Amino acid sequence: MSRTFESGGAKVTKLTPHARINRGTDFHADWLDSIRVNMSAVERRTGTVTGRRTVKKDWQVAWMLKAISCIDLTTLSGDDTPGRVRRLCAKARRPVRRDLLQAIGAENMGLTTGAICVYHTMVPTAVAALEGSGIPVAAVSTGFPAGLAPMETRLQEIRASVAAGAREIDIVITRAHVLNQDWAALYDEVRSFREASGAAHLKTILATGQLGSLNHVARASMVCMMAGADFIKTSTGMEGVNANLPVSLVMIRMIRDFHERTGQEIGFKPAGGISKAKLAVAYLILIKEELGNKWLSPDLFRFGASSLLGDLERQIEYHATGRYSAAHRHSMG
Amino acid sequence: MSKRNPSVTIQEKFESMEYGPAPENAARVNEWLDENGRKFGHFIDGRMVRPKGAETFDTKSPSTGENMAAISQATSREVDKAVSAARKAQPGWAALGGHGRARYLYALARLVQKHSRKLAVLESMENGKPIRETRDIDIPLVARHFYHHAGWAQLIDQEFPGYEAVGVVGQIIPWNFPLLMLAWKIAPALAAGNTVVLKPAEFTSLTALMMADLLMEAGLPPGVVNFITGDGRVGQMLVDHPGIDKLAFTGSTDVGRIIRESTAGTGKKLTLELGGKSPFIVFEDADLDSAVEGLVDAIWLNAGQVCCAGSRLLIQEGVEDRFITKVKSRMEKLRIGPSLDKCIDIGAIVDEVQRQRIDAIVQQGKKEGASVWQPDCALPTEGVYYRPTLMTGVETSNVAAREEIFGPVVVSMTFRTQKEAVALANNTRYGLAASIWTENINRSLEIAPQLKAGVVWINSTNLFDAAVGFGGYRESGFGREGGIEGMYQYLKPAFYKKLKPAVNMPLPKVTESREPGAGDGLPALDQTAKQYIGGKQARPDGGNSIEIPDHEGRLAGIVGDGNYKDIRNAVEAAAAAGSWASAAGHLRAQIIYFIAENLSYRAREFETRLKTLTGASAKGAAREVARSIDRLFTYAAWADKFEGRVHSPPMRGVALAMNEPVGIIGIACPDEAPLLAFVSLMAPAIAMGNRVVMLPSQRYPLLATDFYQILETSDVPAGVVNIVTANRDDLAVVLAKHDNVDGLWFHGGTEASAEIERQAGGNMKRVWTSGDKAYDWFDTEQGEGRHILRHATEVKNIWIPYGDQT
Repeated sequence: MSRTFESGGAKVTKLTPHARINRGTDFHADWLDSIRVNMSAVERRTGTVTGRRTVKKDWQVAWMLKAISCIDLTTLSGDDTPGRVRRLCAKARRPVRRDLLQAIGAENMGLTTGAICVYHTMVPTAVAALEGSGIPVAAVSTGFPAGLAPMETRLQEIRASVAAGAREIDIVITRAHVLNQDWAALYDEVRSFREASGAAHLKTILATGQLGSLNHVARASMVCMMAGADFIKTSTGMEGVNANLPVSLVMIRMIRDFHERTGQEIGFKPAGGISKAKLAVAYLILIKEELGNKWLSPDLFRFGASSLLGDLERQIEYHATGRYSAAHRHSMG
Repeated sequence: MSKRNPSVTIQEKFESMEYGPAPENAARVNEWLDENGRKFGHFIDGRMVRPKGAETFDTKSPSTGENMAAISQATSREVDKAVSAARKAQPGWAALGGHGRARYLYALARLVQKHSRKLAVLESMENGKPIRETRDIDIPLVARHFYHHAGWAQLIDQEFPGYEAVGVVGQIIPWNFPLLMLAWKIAPALAAGNTVVLKPAEFTSLTALMMADLLMEAGLPPGVVNFITGDGRVGQMLVDHPGIDKLAFTGSTDVGRIIRESTAGTGKKLTLELGGKSPFIVFEDADLDSAVEGLVDAIWLNAGQVCCAGSRLLIQEGVEDRFITKVKSRMEKLRIGPSLDKCIDIGAIVDEVQRQRIDAIVQQGKKEGASVWQPDCALPTEGVYYRPTLMTGVETSNVAAREEIFGPVVVSMTFRTQKEAVALANNTRYGLAASIWTENINRSLEIAPQLKAGVVWINSTNLFDAAVGFGGYRESGFGREGGIEGMYQYLKPAFYKKLKPAVNMPLPKVTESREPGAGDGLPALDQTAKQYIGGKQARPDGGNSIEIPDHEGRLAGIVGDGNYKDIRNAVEAAAAAGSWASAAGHLRAQIIYFIAENLSYRAREFETRLKTLTGASAKGAAREVARSIDRLFTYAAWADKFEGRVHSPPMRGVALAMNEPVGIIGIACPDEAPLLAFVSLMAPAIAMGNRVVMLPSQRYPLLATDFYQILETSDVPAGVVNIVTANRDDLAVVLAKHDNVDGLWFHGGTEASAEIERQAGGNMKRVWTSGDKAYDWFDTEQGEGRHILRHATEVKNIWIPYGDQT
């Protein structure tokens, strides 16, 4: 078995999530013209890829740790309070019980989640709670989740979050631009968000559950990347249908296309509805197969999830002890 | 569990994100092999039989080289025993009725599911294909096949009235899908009330023998299913066995041809599923990424050891570079390894012999100018493996583009237009399957009927379902498996047993020269019938004529003495009339009605001719002409009504089963009821869109030559019907040897039928002979209807997955 080590086996803590930002390209309508997505074939691929690949035993544990390192631990609720956010931040710093990490020999990896994801109001609390951890704070923005606030308001929200210390901005696009195939308007919108984000990473949420077809998802993905998205993200978590493997495959393939065209590596973030370790591993398999190992890092891949971590912890405990676990044995986030 | 130490290890794995080993557990299979002493006999008359001192051979696991068990080589004694056990069991099995048989088939479906993992593991070990495939594809399809055919058994009386079981069926299956092919063979045979003697492939006998356990567990009556093992010699014994009523074979075209030749003239019913060189067509407007995945399923499923593998990649020129780049980077991700690893894409090649054959064609193709590309993947050190291979720059003349490679090798070439794509796709002797990738529904639905293939997958590939028939055109064989069309392969019309023996009438000498003139002292006006070729009356190429006597020996007329060149011309004319195949059923109906109308105008004349030639009574002659008009009406009626089906396989989409014309059919007519038989055979063929070369009754050809005047006045397009007179049986052999003739119907007794069937094997023509029997053309049940229309059509199944709304 050959092993490839990235940057000499660097520890997780050394990973630098904000290495570079995507400056984008001009708007290329012709890049969109050739996009074709066949939904049945896409579903066949996603339906069989997890039958073709699997990880067992120690490999499975390692992959679950990888999943944890890629989680944007999220709370996006009207009743969020500073206390709730601080608890979540503590969980992000120490996502897995120390004794379990010791049992599997992973206590010195400096494992944390990929980020904390909150509303703008909670950014200062989160930034303070995560100080010194290196864990970035992501702020959902631009009138999340509907994104229908006035443009100026949306831009201001981005600037305010960046000023408050958010290093990642999760914006929502105007779905109408996609539904009406006004790609230039979508490009201009995301371009404006890109500029407002400055040095912060821009993650564009497509709300794929509201776009009607995979062909729209593909084109919207490409437009967002042209306009400077650092990550493309499936969902707000508030749509009727959130992330799933077919939608993800379509977006991943657009990332690959964009990379082939521009050399830019764009990240991917499925969000909403991913709550089981098995499904998280399936996502990692899909990423590995379609984009390659380089994308299996919080630099380029995140889960937008709140309850996924709990299931991963329980599975890791099973691997460490041979006993099935229970939620109350793990610290709540 | 907690005995895991090395922190390095987990972290290394965290960094490398490799998959690691994921072996499937083989313990239960090994237990089963051990319980059987790793030595197997045959399954005959309900029990395992191991003849003392029998010759055995080893069966190996190709992915490890490990010896799995000793398999017995059957002798003629075991073959005899198995056939007679099946013969003895058949009446009881048929008499059990549809519901009774349905219960057994249902039990088998359940048993396959209950033992699914064991079967999947054994199949993977012995064949070398990935456990992923046997677990997720083969075994579920096996269970599905038994369920579906439990249903056909249950519905047999309602859905197949007037049909009965063929009898004892011999079945020979290949090593690439051992258990699936077994299910495809025995499920419909049993549903229809047949009993079975099946020979598994010598490389892969074990899952059949494990299945024997399940048959016993289901309590299947002894003799209903028998398995005999061994190599091709055992297959040949089964083929030659006089106690077999039907043979069903899946395997290579070469062996299929041997079987066709061996069974020629025996009256054994035959189904052949043979080789292929199936096109995989990618248009510039396809979802290219999905097409790449489709290609993976097409050519690297079971390491390409699949008869319907998409082995010829046809790419629209403008996207060739992009597509090939994508294919190569996808190939880099393919994992090759031991079959029981749950994380591999390509397993072992079934045997070293096969691996060498694959490599020989690849090397020859390289010599002929192809570029060969393989990913730089590691191969296991043990076992028989071949790297996935892409050959580009392959011209149509390259051996790798023409021969079935039966391995993980795809050859690619480009096309400019849709028309050229179809032409390239059809530029093969085979015709099993095709895959079309385009997002343009107009394009895909236009192409699907133009492809010479029994199965067409649109934006998909290698999809199978028990309800959807599978089988080939051209040299990919004939007959279908699955669906209602597959059931008919195991049934025969009940009236067969009522058919009377055929009577062949030799052509007597003319004893009295010409009929007298009209009494004006002048001779009667010379009437010389000609051949009718390409819509024109044509003098015979040889320049000779034959005198035809009336029933009293007087000269009734002169017909051309056709020879092989007339046949050649007739077939050329038929080939040029290809647009008849795509003419609307409505148009064909109009023309056939018009033929009937024109015959009615000249009814009196035909009645006179019948009386003079055959000695029929006035009443009898009038009846034959009237029935001929009636029959023409029947097929004018059918022309726009013998339609296909819409299947709903378990997916979001449909599969259209379309009845397509066979193509060019040669039809040799019997002497009985010479006008009615001629009409009864010509009309269904042309109603379904075929073009025909008619060989009229040798004794009464004048009825056919009179008939061309009716064709001429009925707007029948040139070349659709051609008539060549002379020695019928000799000309039928010429037709049988013509490789542009797709079907041959021979109603002329048994004398020539053996030679015709032998020669027809050259291009795997669809042959329908009446054997030594004669149809009663006046009998509606025998003389017309769906059983004849099925000979005039091929079923093409077009898979159409759909969906765009998320």
